[in-house]
Amino acid sequence: MMSQAVTISILMTIVGAATPLLLAALGELVAEKSGVLNLGVEGMMLIGAVTAFAVTKTTGLPLAGLVAAMAAATAASMIFGYLTLTLASNQVATGLALTIFGIGLSSMIGEGFVGVTIAPLGPVFPAALAQNPLLRLVFGHSILDYVSIAATIGVAWFLARTRAGLVLRAVGENDQSAHSIGYSVIAVRYAAVAFGGAMAGLGGAYYSMVQTPMWAEELTAGRGWIALALVVFAAWRPWRLLAGAYLFGAVMTFELQAKAAGLTAVPPEFLAALPYLATILVLALISSRRSVGAAAPACLGHPFKPTA
Amino acid sequence: MSHISRRSLIKASGAAAALPLLGGRAFAQDPLKVAFVFVGPVGDFGYTYAHSQGRLAAEAAFGDKIKTSYVENVAEGPDSERVIKNLADDGNQLIFTCSFGFMNPTIKVAKRFPDVKFEHCSGYQRADNVATYNARFYEGRAVCGTLAATLSTTGTAGYIASFPIPEVVMGINAFTLAARKVNPEFRTNVVWVSSWYDPAKEADAAKALLDQGADVLAQHTDSPAGLQAAEQRGLMAFGQAWNMESFAPEAQLTAIENHWGVYYVERITEMLAGKWASSDTFWGLKQEMIKLSPFGPQVTPEAAAAADATAAGIKDGSAPVFAGPIKDREGTERVAAGASLDDAGLWKMDWFVEGVQG
Repeated sequence: MMSQAVTISILMTIVGAATPLLLAALGELVAEKSGVLNLGVEGMMLIGAVTAFAVTKTTGLPLAGLVAAMAAATAASMIFGYLTLTLASNQVATGLALTIFGIGLSSMIGEGFVGVTIAPLGPVFPAALAQNPLLRLVFGHSILDYVSIAATIGVAWFLARTRAGLVLRAVGENDQSAHSIGYSVIAVRYAAVAFGGAMAGLGGAYYSMVQTPMWAEELTAGRGWIALALVVFAAWRPWRLLAGAYLFGAVMTFELQAKAAGLTAVPPEFLAALPYLATILVLALISSRRSVGAAAPACLGHPFKPTA
Repeated sequence: MSHISRRSLIKASGAAAALPLLGGRAFAQDPLKVAFVFVGPVGDFGYTYAHSQGRLAAEAAFGDKIKTSYVENVAEGPDSERVIKNLADDGNQLIFTCSFGFMNPTIKVAKRFPDVKFEHCSGYQRADNVATYNARFYEGRAVCGTLAATLSTTGTAGYIASFPIPEVVMGINAFTLAARKVNPEFRTNVVWVSSWYDPAKEADAAKALLDQGADVLAQHTDSPAGLQAAEQRGLMAFGQAWNMESFAPEAQLTAIENHWGVYYVERITEMLAGKWASSDTFWGLKQEMIKLSPFGPQVTPEAAAAADATAAGIKDGSAPVFAGPIKDREGTERVAAGASLDDAGLWKMDWFVEGVQG
């Protein structure tokens, strides 16, 4: 009953569900690796989503929309950075404030853009390459889907293989030591928070440009929180984050496909609970192998005040 | 138009009492103060947007005889009680609370403010100063069902649904019953997304339904995401709560528009005349609380005629949506031949008609 076309279509949907989560979560992973817990992901995604839509609609240039989304969300993250890094305010409270701010600001910016649509940001490769269904799976995605994979490779390589990545991890694990050997903890954290903002902006842009090319208030509907949870779920590892985002995408898609196929053997309530059951299961598996607490950067959430 | 956010409303509640003093009314008659409490953002382009349009219609109709305000994004439950109480404190004489979950808070606040009139949308508890109102959305869904069955080539519709409550269930049944009058083999595949508003999930549900053979989509959720999915695949869909044509100029066959304005204007007229009384209103196509958007380009003349006939039969009462005999999908007879389901039966509906899957 499940034809090849349907299977391909399901796989394409999974990619669409996973990509924005992966983009936003990668940014948050880097910020958290430097010791900053930014709970404002949802707010930054919304700012990115509305900016991408507004700029694309106004200029007709999707690329300008993407760049503007990154810039706007980065600017929002810099407000958070100034408060938590320069003024050393509480990160949890400030992050929540950033989310509330983002919800409000995005609906204000978006007021004139409700009820209109844009051409969706389509596949980046020429359609001729994606004629064959199997090739469509490889070449049929928007640029952001490829960017998310490239960014995963980039972040993994940066954190594990570069000197700058080592410094960033050192700042997140032991800020006082990093400071005492001459690294600017605050500068590193600013950079990490800015990266987090830019990636959240891209993640938000995915919703307003690819997934549902429109703007409506609170368009992301809580996906920023899922991205935050994914970082913990992945135990702060980029590759596990990739797997986690796709697992989530797959479970969310499977739930809907099973219902649409009229799979009545399984109660629909069970299917709806599936993504959350998967979360609990994987978290339990991870923590039985090693403590999740130990995987978290040691300075996560603590404001840095140099002692010397 | 004055727009109050919840936060500033709470902060300003102390100062609000002093505001009328500063206003310096020039006319003998102060304008009637009317407030609205919305569950979602007015920019959702769906349910709350339609209520907001109703508010604007009332404003346009009465000009400076009334002064309206609204509070959006009010969470259902205890939080809303504070918002409603603040609005009453603020001197509003007529308060519309526009979501089911505001029922108990509305009743509670109404007891403390016997001189303020309250109007609760979609609830069933009334008091001397609390009226209820709702729209017969299902009548619009029956017309959609006729269109879907006439135009579908696969004989299968996809239905993106929120929660299995009577209001949603009666919509699915109305749609399917009307469709099966055209095509007795017609099937409605339902996906429950467990949310009123989650565009990404609605879009994925739409894709899933289209993957599984549906070629026309209906929805009981609030965003136009499903329509966009249908548009991208060159298929068909129905808009919800408001004309969503701009999102799917090719795909939208029609949309069920909620015109709360007719009710708001009527009640405010009664209020201004001093004739307001508690009542229970349940209006549909006939009173134009529900309207259908102009048919889209895929609607053939034949389908349009069939849809118009369904709508006409509902309006003049010659062909009610839930006219018997109706069997549920387990085969039990729910409505006898010659009978028609009454409103009490509608609000208890927890069964699906034949042809509904999921």
